[in-house]
Amino acid sequence: METAAIVKREPRTYLNVDHTLKGWLLTEDHKRIGILYLIVITIFFAIGGLFAALIRIELATPAGDLVESGVYNRLFTGHGIIMVFFFLIPSIPASIGNFLIPLMIGAKDVAFPKLNLLSWYLYVIGGSMALTAIIYGGIDTGWTFYVPFSTGYASGMVMLTLVGIFINGFSSILTGLNFMVTIHRMRAPGMTWFRLPLFIWSLYSTSLIQVLATPVVAVTLLLAALERGLHIGIFDPTLGGDPVLFQHLFWFYSHPAVYIMILPAMGVTSEIISTFSKKEPFGYSFIALSSLAIAVFGFIVWGHHLFVSSQSVYAGMVFSVLSYLVAIPSAIKVFNWVSTMHKGSVQLTTPMLYGIGFIGLFTIGGLTGLFLASMGMDVHLTDTYFVVAHFHYIMVGGAIMGFMGGLHFWWPKITGKLYAENWAKLSAVIIFLGFNLTFFPQFILGYMGMPRRYHVYAPEFQVYNVLSSAGASILGLGYAIPLTYFLWSLFFGKQAPANPWGATGLEWQIQSPPIPENFEITPVITEASYKYSHEEAAHVG
Amino acid sequence: MASHSVTLRHHFETSEQQKDASTIGMWMFLVTEIMFFGGLFMAYIAYRGAYPDAFAAGSQKLNIVYGTINTAVLICSSLTMAMAVHSAALGKKNLIILFLILTLMLGGVFLGIKAVEYHDKYVGHEIPGANFHPELDNKNVSVNNVSLYFALYFGMTGLHALHMIVGVGLLLFLIFKTAKGAYTAHWHTPIELFGLYWHFVDIVWIFLFPLLYLIDLHPGK
Repeated sequence: METAAIVKREPRTYLNVDHTLKGWLLTEDHKRIGILYLIVITIFFAIGGLFAALIRIELATPAGDLVESGVYNRLFTGHGIIMVFFFLIPSIPASIGNFLIPLMIGAKDVAFPKLNLLSWYLYVIGGSMALTAIIYGGIDTGWTFYVPFSTGYASGMVMLTLVGIFINGFSSILTGLNFMVTIHRMRAPGMTWFRLPLFIWSLYSTSLIQVLATPVVAVTLLLAALERGLHIGIFDPTLGGDPVLFQHLFWFYSHPAVYIMILPAMGVTSEIISTFSKKEPFGYSFIALSSLAIAVFGFIVWGHHLFVSSQSVYAGMVFSVLSYLVAIPSAIKVFNWVSTMHKGSVQLTTPMLYGIGFIGLFTIGGLTGLFLASMGMDVHLTDTYFVVAHFHYIMVGGAIMGFMGGLHFWWPKITGKLYAENWAKLSAVIIFLGFNLTFFPQFILGYMGMPRRYHVYAPEFQVYNVLSSAGASILGLGYAIPLTYFLWSLFFGKQAPANPWGATGLEWQIQSPPIPENFEITPVITEASYKYSHEEAAHVG
Repeated sequence: MASHSVTLRHHFETSEQQKDASTIGMWMFLVTEIMFFGGLFMAYIAYRGAYPDAFAAGSQKLNIVYGTINTAVLICSSLTMAMAVHSAALGKKNLIILFLILTLMLGGVFLGIKAVEYHDKYVGHEIPGANFHPELDNKNVSVNNVSLYFALYFGMTGLHALHMIVGVGLLLFLIFKTAKGAYTAHWHTPIELFGLYWHFVDIVWIFLFPLLYLIDLHPGK
């Protein structure tokens, strides 16, 4: 039966079953919703990237010659808000994750398909509100909305942005809830917890953070909006409030939010490394449980953002030690990925290049995080470019490398088309080099004392800033090439086979692209997701 | 599975799986609600710890009789809600409707009393903002800090009332669906899940009542 379907010229797929606009905008199919997310996420990434480009052009010279300080404040605020709330947080989970979770666990759909669609609409509505505020002049609060500036003094449509992020928060909460219920209750017969793909483990941990942390930032931003709109004292000290309470509540979400961004990328990397080493992941259960450990530790380290915000020194010491703990599960993952590649048949395909790139960049980003988690160092480095470089190594070097790797890895499954491998490899290398050239000099700048969020700087910093801006233009080129060949592959790409990589996951055992129901009959799982035999590895090698 | 296939959505294998998924989803939603209210409770803890006298002074401006009656009303509504779920399990349609209407009425009484309280606060200039001039017995506390107490009072009870209003809307929907015969002894998941929600909203009030109304009331003061 299945063979017959493949031989036919146009097999029925989730893509060709309905071509109407209504069939897309009112779809309950998790695969189509994943694509809806992918489109909007890409738009937000382009807008956020445009802001980054303007920032880097301004910083090419020490003087403020492109924009003046007020506009510069709006540029980095717009960059931060769009990239954090509307690109990175939904990026991998809502697009690739949405597409893959039911396929990987052997289900027909997520547990609540209507809720899944509602989440996308909330995301689009919230995003449009923030975008409207940015188009009508922008806001200058920074993406952190620190009070009392944001509630009392900042100009622009702060209120609209806060409400937009609030609404978007519910998209994130409902997506996390949907995924958790799906992973708990929709697994196919025989798909036990420790047979699940590692990507699922990472998304489960991500969802846990989305469900537990996002409501806190939602209510915090609501309080900030109340204070701004009605002048009711909550955080503003002149109205009796305490601004540090805002920072505690904000970072209680926003630190775990970093793990919302990085955990899915870790999951993607685990899949890629195993597939292209033709080996079972080394220490499967350690990788799986370290995802949960990162999610749990993520909730008890927020105070390291308040080392210089009048937090008591003793609280700071506790938060410092707890922050070091995050290094343990992170290092377990890096160790296990490297061990997976050890004596494997490593194929340097495009996804693998991103996977290996992720390991290197994440390691640098993680280790520099330890510098910042130590209180003495942090007093020197806080609010400098060292911090900027550190979190960009995690968010761009980590999360976006994972996103790009995952997109390349599953592109044949999602679209049924093959992309141009040589162009893809070239752009992966360009992105890696451009990224390092952009952000490595910023570590040095930060160490030398250049503060973040200023549009002018002392002339001695210029050489590193020029390097960084040059790197940014290379990085921009690196992102433009994939956009081109992905679009090209949609129209002219070769038809992808069901399993182009010789991977063992459940999603590769069905046709590309899948049928609307995912599986003709519900599969029964009898073994672990990774069953690469040693013989097979020897053959491929 | 075949027996109640009308209510079984296409992506579930069995109705047990569907019910399980809905139930665990509801519990998880309630956890997010705890975290949502949790931010406000955290602010309450921080500010009450910092300004205990101002909070006591603010609390004395609340009407404890209204608060107590409302607590009793909500506890009774939890009982009628539990009875509605019980009747649903027995498949007794008329009893379900009776208990849901009783729950609806008690919810309405709560919201009515709450509205009277809010109106009193408006008349007494006890709403934070430009017109905040409460007449305090204790003149030694900062009006700004008393305003914090009232901001939290309105924030917390307001968010709670919003949940009550949503609950009333859902009750009307459930009564309508029950009357049309949508729920049977085999399948009445929506009523059960709404029961969880309603009890949750009651429990929030059980915490709000002592935290807001009963500060500094012990004898000997």
